[in-house]
Amino acid sequence: MSMSRRVLIKAVATGGALLGLGALLPRLAMAAWAREAFESNEQGAALNALYGGETPEISAQVILDAPDIAENGAVVPVSVSTDMAHVESISIFIESNPAPLAAQFVIPEGTAADVSTRVRMGKTTNVTAVVKADGKLYSATKEVKVTIGGCGG
Amino acid sequence: MSMSRREFARLLGMAGVAGMLPLQGRAADTSSSDPYDVPNFGNVRLLHMTDCHAQLLPVYFREPNVNLGLAGASGRAPHLVGDRLLQHFGIAPGSLEAHAFTCLNYTDAAQQYGKVGGFAHLKTLADRLRDSFGREKTLLLDGGDTWQGSGTAYKTRGMDMVKACNALGVDIMTGHWEFTYNQAEILHNIEAFQGEFLAQNVFITEDALFSTDTDYLHDDFSGRVFKPYTIRDLGGARVAIIGQAFPRTKIANPARFIPDWSFDIHDSRLQEIVDQVRAEERVDAVIVLSHNGMDVDLAMAGRVTGVDLILGGHTHDGMPAPTVVKNGGGQTLVFNAGSNGKFLGTLDLDIRDGKIRDYRYRLLPVFSELIPADAAMQAMIDDIRSPHLSWLNEELALAGDLMFRRGNFNGTFDQVICDALREVGDAQISLSPGFRWGTTVLEGQMITMERVLDQTCLTYPETYIREMKGSELKLIMEDVADNLFNPEPYLQSGGDMVRVGGFDYVCEPGRGMGERISEMTLDSGERIEADKTYKVTGWATVGTRSPGPAIWDVVAEYLRDQKEVHVDRLNTPILKGVTNNAGLTDYQGEIVG
Repeated sequence: MSMSRRVLIKAVATGGALLGLGALLPRLAMAAWAREAFESNEQGAALNALYGGETPEISAQVILDAPDIAENGAVVPVSVSTDMAHVESISIFIESNPAPLAAQFVIPEGTAADVSTRVRMGKTTNVTAVVKADGKLYSATKEVKVTIGGCGG
Repeated sequence: MSMSRREFARLLGMAGVAGMLPLQGRAADTSSSDPYDVPNFGNVRLLHMTDCHAQLLPVYFREPNVNLGLAGASGRAPHLVGDRLLQHFGIAPGSLEAHAFTCLNYTDAAQQYGKVGGFAHLKTLADRLRDSFGREKTLLLDGGDTWQGSGTAYKTRGMDMVKACNALGVDIMTGHWEFTYNQAEILHNIEAFQGEFLAQNVFITEDALFSTDTDYLHDDFSGRVFKPYTIRDLGGARVAIIGQAFPRTKIANPARFIPDWSFDIHDSRLQEIVDQVRAEERVDAVIVLSHNGMDVDLAMAGRVTGVDLILGGHTHDGMPAPTVVKNGGGQTLVFNAGSNGKFLGTLDLDIRDGKIRDYRYRLLPVFSELIPADAAMQAMIDDIRSPHLSWLNEELALAGDLMFRRGNFNGTFDQVICDALREVGDAQISLSPGFRWGTTVLEGQMITMERVLDQTCLTYPETYIREMKGSELKLIMEDVADNLFNPEPYLQSGGDMVRVGGFDYVCEPGRGMGERISEMTLDSGERIEADKTYKVTGWATVGTRSPGPAIWDVVAEYLRDQKEVHVDRLNTPILKGVTNNAGLTDYQGEIVG
């Protein structure tokens, strides 16, 4: 093994942080209108506020990876990727959360559309990923179960 | 009173003549009256044990009379009990095998045939099956739940079982309750284990990668904590064995013991391994040693292609024959080998030219009176137990009824635990986990501390007493019911329903989340109300450690106060919508349409 996992992870993390910063800066500029989307307490309204009235088309090209059952509802790993061309943004919605819009990633042209984050959810709910590509909206949805646990045989 | 070995052999001979053993395709030839005389077939023999829960000595173990299958699982293995199981597998009623695989006529048959399992007897049987086939082409696989479940496993943090498994000659294992010790202890146990411990679906968390010493990882790059698979050359065939640990370990058991590891089914990662070993390692067969539970294994077999066999455990389903699952790549055979050392799966395979051509399978019941104990193993077991004998052997009370746990709802021993919790804690309501382990005590036998430990011995035994609203209680009941009855196997967790004391309820398993439990009513007849507060006691909390005494001390205190313990009232639910379910026989409660 030429490079230890930890060194590699740290390298990725550094790169990731830079990417994150890149993704964040436009958000600051757009804060005036994105605030409504992030503060909305209903998924449809949040989607509207973020993207206007268009309804996303369900697409198998949006790859949403989340566990069937969360090991810990406080930190549920969610990844979204797509090989669509001209991806502009990826956003993640947690339907039953007090504020369903959990994250929006702005994807600069030429960047691999592959993002990961961790989200909090208090109960079993749908997770929806929305990809904006070439001006159109596409989505994928998966239910993640949150259980009180215990009683394993 | 049990019979002598000679009488037993005579009876077996008669049973053999009477066609005691199942006559079905690919069951091994049973023309001999000795049930352990398994004719050799093919070029590879796999011996499979699972879920022994640290039972070093022979025990009684009653199979369930309630193991409901819903939706697609209805009427199919493993959700078959009693006569329906006998019919499905072609087993003669009243036979030795009928006793082994079902609860029918349990007490009489158990008195007649005696105890099952025990490592000294397993050792004799495993050695016989290895020697008759050829040790160099035989493997002993252990599906896990081996290093927990007894007083001695608790006292030695699983190490007594590591030693016993080394002496038994376990070649490969995976795990679940093995992960209920602390991380460092688990790694220490695995290091002492002389076989290979495999798990393709356990990964280091990202947080741990940054903050802790992770030199122990099997693979730094993938983040796999354990070796995912191994390849063995057996009888001229090249065989890959992949480990699949229990995917819900951090949900069903305390995450605090294993903070740095993450589990899931990860079937896409399993598919990658299958494809890789088939393409690069030129294997002739791919086998998954699984602790998913049988329903999850059946679902996984439909999704993942290229797996020939899944040797499964977790759900404690003693299935006399495999279930064949067709999938995009052909078919996968799904096995499950029961629990408590009661069975040893014996699978002979004819593997040639990159394919399993044919097989013979017997899930051999281990009747301890028919198999002599291996002297060296017995000496090791005696040695393990000797420092703890005064604790284990304390006589607490006579069993006034047959005492058992296994089944979807309250068993009689669960009721004793629930009654003890309420009495000692002076509480209205008690809750006890629906584990599938726990042995059986026949009516009239002494309940010793060891038998109480069989039902309760885990590493988070602390009890609690607290106020709980009716709505909170309902939420817990619904949540556990969904983990058991959700029609999607990947959303199940594999335990049985939480056991309750002090109240009854109506359960409609076929409904959705939040709609299965109704009419929760205290023993007094008073309906439980959502907004009212109740005093509730229980044990085995997975979140934080509870403050109360260990559950076995609570149960022992209750039992010591009585000469003979009876179950006067079994808090088993009224069942709705499961009339004629093949997973239901001789139900102790009411069934409505």
